[in-house]
Amino acid sequence: MSADPKLKARLGIALIGVALAVLPFVVGATFGNSWVRIVDFALLYIMLALGLNIVVGFAGLLDLGYIAFYAVGAYLYALLSSPHLATAFPALFAVAPGWPVWAVLPLGALVAGLFGVMLGAPTLKLRGDYLAIVTLGFGEIIRIFLNNLNAPANITNGPQGINNIAAAQIGGHALNRPLELFGVMVPGVHLQYYFFLALTLLVVFVCVRLQDSRLGRAWVAIREDEVAARACGINTRNVKLLAFGLGATFGGVAGGLFAGFQGFVSPESFGLLESVMVLCMVVLGGMGHIPGVILGAVLLALLPEALRWGAVPVQQSLFGKVLIDPESLRLLLFGIALVVVMRWRPAGLWPSALRKRELAAHGEAA
Amino acid sequence: MLEVRGLEVHYGGICAVRGVDLDVAAGEKVALIGANGAGKTSTLKAIARMLPARGSVKLEGEAIEHAPPHTLVRKGFALVPEGRGVFARLSVLENLEMGAYVRDDKAAIEADIERVFGLLPRLKERAGQTAGTLSGGEQQMVAIGRALMSRPRLLLLDEPSMGLSPIMVDTVFDVIRQVVQDGVTLLLVEQNARLALSLCDRGCVMDGGEITLTAPATELLDNPAVRAAYLGE
Repeated sequence: MSADPKLKARLGIALIGVALAVLPFVVGATFGNSWVRIVDFALLYIMLALGLNIVVGFAGLLDLGYIAFYAVGAYLYALLSSPHLATAFPALFAVAPGWPVWAVLPLGALVAGLFGVMLGAPTLKLRGDYLAIVTLGFGEIIRIFLNNLNAPANITNGPQGINNIAAAQIGGHALNRPLELFGVMVPGVHLQYYFFLALTLLVVFVCVRLQDSRLGRAWVAIREDEVAARACGINTRNVKLLAFGLGATFGGVAGGLFAGFQGFVSPESFGLLESVMVLCMVVLGGMGHIPGVILGAVLLALLPEALRWGAVPVQQSLFGKVLIDPESLRLLLFGIALVVVMRWRPAGLWPSALRKRELAAHGEAA
Repeated sequence: MLEVRGLEVHYGGICAVRGVDLDVAAGEKVALIGANGAGKTSTLKAIARMLPARGSVKLEGEAIEHAPPHTLVRKGFALVPEGRGVFARLSVLENLEMGAYVRDDKAAIEADIERVFGLLPRLKERAGQTAGTLSGGEQQMVAIGRALMSRPRLLLLDEPSMGLSPIMVDTVFDVIRQVVQDGVTLLLVEQNARLALSLCDRGCVMDGGEITLTAPATELLDNPAVRAAYLGE
């Protein structure tokens, strides 16, 4: 007797739900709370990768400056939740702005979305490599602005970055402080985890709905053939701008969370390598396939930490000394992983069923 | 149905289409023939607003030369672009569904898909296969089927025979013949003049960006100059 598939699916979801709920405690108890922090970061990367997946995976627009939207969200949160503006402009801000998180995050999403449209508008006619170069330039422009906007008016505090950013508060409780719940002490990183998890699930939900929507189909159509898409009646300009704008929105939210989590932002967190990293998560996992992208984000977010943790003892035991610094090993392994994946799984680690179907059809023809 | 006056297309300094006037009556089938680089495809693209162009284009009396290209489908225009332009990673069925993108009458769309499958049984067999894995001829059928999904009154076909084997060309033209039987107006751009003229009522010969000769198809097939230049005799 086979189980009812619906029941099976519900059981699966329930199991995943329980696993996600206890994850920080398990990880915290086994590896220590610094690893819960790493899991928190992985969630941020999932949001970023899913946002970029809209632009690159769904609409097929290669964006190498995606981290700029993360930066916009992060700096907006930083400015609105730290004493920086009050210190820099005492005449304008008598008290430090302390916006609540439920106002800053949507605002960050909106502003990042506007930046996305700003990037999209002049690049509408570009595709492929040309688009990649312009978006790369855009990302660098944002970073350089952040680096230099400390004079004549000190808006971003330049390379020193902005400090003392207040953590997100929910129900009057700052998420970086432990909370006693039913007699159990829940550390701050765990609280952040649940907060991030809720938003990540929201992002996943929005992505799934977008993919199945009319807009999602229009994105796929312009990715496949822009002229034909237009001939089918798709307003390619608006649809592309929506891809840039919506993708950027997720980046903005993740950026806001990052700023509140770290308590500090500086331009160096938003370099080109970060953009490339997020793009790799999308490509490695399986472009356009939401579960694949999540997998890619988790793997690439955990890899450097696993190396930092494992590379030194392994080298000690093998060679008796540390030959390669884990940080350089990270980029090396990263490159190797990409080459290997592209060689044997060109559609990514977990491609969509459609891609699989395509490969299967090729197999039949051969 | 379609009225084109003084159409001009420039690529940089090069003038590809110089002052084309063209009329297509409702239900008429018109072929635009000519050699490589004569400006046929540019003319068609300019009419479909896929290229910036000068001149006036009227569809059933309504000026469309300033309408954004994506709005033309709603006006009863369907373009099958050069090189077919199927959505390679979507299935045949999904391609057809994209053709009905601007429509929201679900039941009628279902019925139209069945109608297209009836016209093009080959597509029904391959409904679940990704369009990119089909043969060139089948892809051309997908492109035509997709165009039909918008229930066009005017069908613009750009080089349907391009890159197809001779047998496949015949099959594709049989399909086109069937499709236009139920009264769709057709403007066909085609290098294979004989096939195009055998299908259409009227032919326009293009040369150097201009229409040099317009005549009923049967007349063109008998015209010694046309025979020598375009029919290889």
